[in-house]
This record gives sequence, structure tokens and C-alpha cells, in this order.
Amino acid sequence: MKQFQSFVIKEFRQIFRDRRTMLILLVMPVVQVLLLGYAIKTEIRDARLAVFDPSKDAETRRIKERFAASEYFILTEELTRPEQINDVFKGGDIDLVLVFGEDFASHLQHDGEAAVQLIADGTDPNQAAMLTGYASGILADCQAALLENYNAPFQIRANVRMLYNPQSESAYNFVPGVVGLVLMLICAMMTSVAIVREKETGTMEVLLASPMKPMHIMLSKMLPYFTLSVVNVVTVLLLAVFVMGVPIRGSLFWLAVSSVVFIFVALALGLLISTLVSRQMSALLVSGIGLMMPTIVFSGLIFPLESMPEGLRWISDFVPARWYIAIMRKIMIEGVGVAYFFKELGVIVLMAVVLMAAAWKNFKVRLV
Amino acid sequence: MAAVSATHLSKSYGKVQALQDLSFTVEAGELYGIIGPDGAGKTTLFRILTSLLLADSGTAEVAGHDVVKDYRAVRNVIGYMPGKFSLYQDLTVEENLHFFATVFNTTIEENYHLIADIYKQIEPFRKRLAGKLSGGMKQKLALSCALIHKPEVLFLDEPTTGVDPVSRKEFWNMLLKLKRQGITIVVSTPYMDEATLCDRVALMQHGKFLGVDTPKHLMEQYPETLWAVRSDGMHRLLGDLKAYPHVRSSFSFGAAYHVTLGGEGNPEELKAYLETRGHTGVEVYAIPPSVEDCFMLLSKNTGDER
Repeated sequence: MKQFQSFVIKEFRQIFRDRRTMLILLVMPVVQVLLLGYAIKTEIRDARLAVFDPSKDAETRRIKERFAASEYFILTEELTRPEQINDVFKGGDIDLVLVFGEDFASHLQHDGEAAVQLIADGTDPNQAAMLTGYASGILADCQAALLENYNAPFQIRANVRMLYNPQSESAYNFVPGVVGLVLMLICAMMTSVAIVREKETGTMEVLLASPMKPMHIMLSKMLPYFTLSVVNVVTVLLLAVFVMGVPIRGSLFWLAVSSVVFIFVALALGLLISTLVSRQMSALLVSGIGLMMPTIVFSGLIFPLESMPEGLRWISDFVPARWYIAIMRKIMIEGVGVAYFFKELGVIVLMAVVLMAAAWKNFKVRLV
Repeated sequence: MAAVSATHLSKSYGKVQALQDLSFTVEAGELYGIIGPDGAGKTTLFRILTSLLLADSGTAEVAGHDVVKDYRAVRNVIGYMPGKFSLYQDLTVEENLHFFATVFNTTIEENYHLIADIYKQIEPFRKRLAGKLSGGMKQKLALSCALIHKPEVLFLDEPTTGVDPVSRKEFWNMLLKLKRQGITIVVSTPYMDEATLCDRVALMQHGKFLGVDTPKHLMEQYPETLWAVRSDGMHRLLGDLKAYPHVRSSFSFGAAYHVTLGGEGNPEELKAYLETRGHTGVEVYAIPPSVEDCFMLLSKNTGDER
């Protein structure tokens, strides 16, 4: 036990002494959350709006005026033919197109229902979702005003259509995503590098020739990075809640449990990598390209999983962050109970166990 | 009881035979030197004996424990100092020592007497990071760390490589002191002059021991008279020596060439011959052979066999 304790103290000393790395580890998550958070959260103002209005009646004029008066939109163009819609998007001059149905006012008066179509550029799903959201809000206001005026159940049916990417993802993705990314980076990359460094500098040779048990060596490498990761999770969540205004609707307990399990997955991955390579550079490359890239691509952080081809989605099932992010989303945003993410939690627990066992089995008690 | 015994150890890396059917024993309390050039297989041998590598064939025991089956037991009783400086450069002198003491389940206080002589010299720098020590101080720290748990057998792989001559001398004095405390020491070095300080010396080349003996006996057994040859034109001298038909071997050795003569050769004739080749200040005198001369002779003989 004293061996272990002394080893952990030594690890902490080495981490704290490497000020630059230390700073990166603690500050990077904060910067990432702020960057990603604000990049997504920043309200869009003065979005360029084009209108295709075949009916040109009093009601459509009123709605257009409302849009023009809104701080979110500038009415920049009136389209005359439907084909122009594609052209303005391709030209990149327009962010949102508002399309009225034919004979809008008469439909509204006689059928009590009229159709409006909102067309946004789905290549940026977050922005598109936000714009259609604003627009739907304005339309709802119009409807409320109409109800007062006519005293009849009028309904403007807003039909939202996203070009290029029909399913847009929630803007709250980034917090679970960043936590997943940061944990992968710190746990996997840092642990693997920390162990491989001992191999490279030759200290592993001395350690192996000592009575120190392999399990102790591994655990004492994990503990400091585990601690750092917990600090990071807490920082990111505090930022998310108090600065970004992202809610945590579900249970904090399960959030903690899931995070700890995921940290273990990442640590075990780091250990496994360290048993496979013998140079710090290769450890960095493997954890960088081998873990970071799949995490970014397949976790649903940036590219929605739903729009991926089946083969790639199948690969994404093996990316731990994908499951963790799903759990975090369910806990934080949806606020559902453990029954709803039981499967995801099970998957990462299984991953942790398998990876840990693999790392332990692969740990070499001798030099290769 | 033998502290270290190896029987028919062989190890190869691909096509390179690092160890070829090596057998030897080191008696308890012995200071055993393994002398050989780079690439002789010294480090491989050390790693097998310290249980860090598996031999392709053959067995080895350290302090009565098999290095494969009982590797845990072996690791409890040995001290090992690898060739490369392998302590934590980003920890201080004191932290390194403390760390290795606890790793071996002991404390600095418990075995301070063992390392006192060595450690006292670096103690003034105990708050300094190990990476910022000079070469000699690094070796002293590494030795302290390898000794702190009072090992039964101490393995030192080229402990003095890259260390200045004064520190080298100090270092060997410490080894002699440790030997008096009853610790068995197996040490490798490329420096032949250090060999004379060992109880027994194994001359190693190409993964084989060319000969094992006490340094004194090795030198006594040198079969020929050894001549040191010097002249004012040293750089030309080697070529001219080789041109002389009766010179059997000649090696550059510091300020002189060490030469053995065969057949009809005798020193007076050699001197006369060199003078006819335009050399001035020629000196030819008999000298006692050193371990290096023995090594050269042995490695030349095995070279001839090939």
C-alpha cells in the first residue's frame, strides 16, 4: 500500500511539475466549452430573408411586415419564381426563405387554415434550426393577432423544410460532446503518454526489475488522471449550467455514475494503447488519430449519426463517446430516468470491463 | 552457493545472435566484471539475469531463484542499474531516492549506511532535479537508488560510461566498499582498465565469453612478450609496423603501439628497421600486458577461427 501511495504521489508531482501540460489540461476544456458553446448559442441577428409570395394579399403583407420588423430578419429579396429558391441558396445570399401558399388570405378565411413553408439551409443544422425556430415564433405571433381580429380558429400551418439535412440536431449537443472529447483526450492520451514515457526514458526498466506489481503500476498511473478528469467534468458542467444556461434536468447521481464509467473506459483505452506502443510519439498519434477522430466524427457531436450510411453507423457503435453522449443528452436535456439509458450505460460498463481486462492482460511484465 | 548461475543462455534478435550458449557462475560476494565492446551482448545478458528478458534457450538463477519462473522473487533481491540513466529527470534527487526506497518496501533511513558514502556527495544537491545533475552525480544517484533496498545481487550495466575519469575512480572505490559489505556485484564496462579491480573478469565478444579468470591470472597467461613501440612520427608508424614481416599484431594504445613479434623478429631488428624507414626517436621496450591486451589477443584468436 505504501508503494502504491508513493507511486501516486510521484505521478502527481510529475504532472504538477509539467506546468504547460497542466495548464492545457485544466484550461482546454473551459476554452472548448466556451468556444463551442458561444459559437452555437450566439443569437443570430439580421439573418437574410427571401420571400416567395404568389398570393400577395393583405395577410401575407402583414406577415412580411412582421418579419421585416423583427430584429432577427432582414427582408432582402422578393422572389418571383419558385426556381429562384435554389439559386439564392446556392449563391449563399439568403439564410431563410419564406414561401406562402397560393391564395393565402382566402384559404385562411374560408378554410380556416393556410400554409407557409420555411426553407433553410440544412448544411448548418444548428443555424437552420434556430432560424426556423425564430420564424415559427413570428408566425405564431401573427396567428395570435389574427385570432383576436377575426375571432375565429384560424391556423397558419408552418411547414418547416430543411434543405440538404432533414434532421437537424439539438444545439445542446456540445456540452455532452465536449465532456466526451475532453475525457478521451485527458484520460486516454495523457495516461498512454505517461506510461510510454517511462518506457522511453528507461525508468520502466527499473520499475519492472522492482517488486512493484503491474496492477499497482497501472492503477497509480490511472488515479491522477482520474482525479483530473473529475475536476474537468465538474468544471465543464458548472460552466454549462451557470454560463451557457444548459439545463441538467435529470439525476445528478446518474450523471456522475455515467461519467465515472466513461472515465474508466477512456483510462483503460489509454492503458491499452500504452501496452501496444513504445514511443511517446506513437502513443500521441494512436490516441490522437485513433481516438480523437472517431470521437469527433462518430459521436454525433458534429455530424449527425442519423444521416450516416449504415456501415459508418455500425462503426460508431464501437465509439465509447457516442454512448456516453447519448446518456448525457438523456440526463441533461431530456431529464429521463435511468430506465431510458439503461442500454447505453450497460454498453459503456461492458466496454470499461473489456478494455480494462485487455489492458491488464496485455501489460508486459518484461521488456519486449 | 553461487549468487548468479547461467547455463547455456542463448538469445537472438532476428539474425543477430546476441548471446551464444553462454554459461557461467558468479560466487556470492564476488565482484564480477564483464568486459566487452559495444554490441558484445552485455546489456542483453543483464536483462535476462534481471528477469526483464526471456532467453531463447538456457536457464539462469539469481540468488537461487529461477529468473523466469520465480521472477517476482528475483526482483525482490536484486538491484539493477541500467546502462541508460533511468531515474525520473523531473523529480529531485531526494524524491527519486525516496520513491525507489518505498517501491522496494524500505525507507531511506533503514539502509542509509549502505549509500551514505555515495549519497553524501550528492546530498548538497538533494533539492535539485535529477535531470540537471552532471553525469557523475547522475550515476551516483542511480547507484544510490539501486542500493537503497540492500540487494543481495547488484547488476550494474556500464555504470561508468560517459562519466569523467575522476568520478569513475570514485565510483569503483564505492563498488569495492559495497563488496566488503557482502553484496555480490556483476558489473559490465567497456573500459579495460576497470577490469583489474574485479575479482574475476569475463571477456565478452559476439555474445560469447572469450575467457573468464582473475585479472592477474589473465595477464600472467599472456603467452608472448609485449613490446611498446614509439617514434616521433606516430601516424606513419602503424603502417610501417604492419609492413615489417615479423610483427604479429599491433594495436594503438594511448601514446604507444603494443606490438607482439613472431618468428625471427626481435626488438633490436625492429628498431633498426624502423630507423631505415626514416623514423627518429624510436623506442621499443617490453611492457607487462594489460587486460585490454589479453582481450585483443583473445578476440584476434577467435577472429582467426572464423
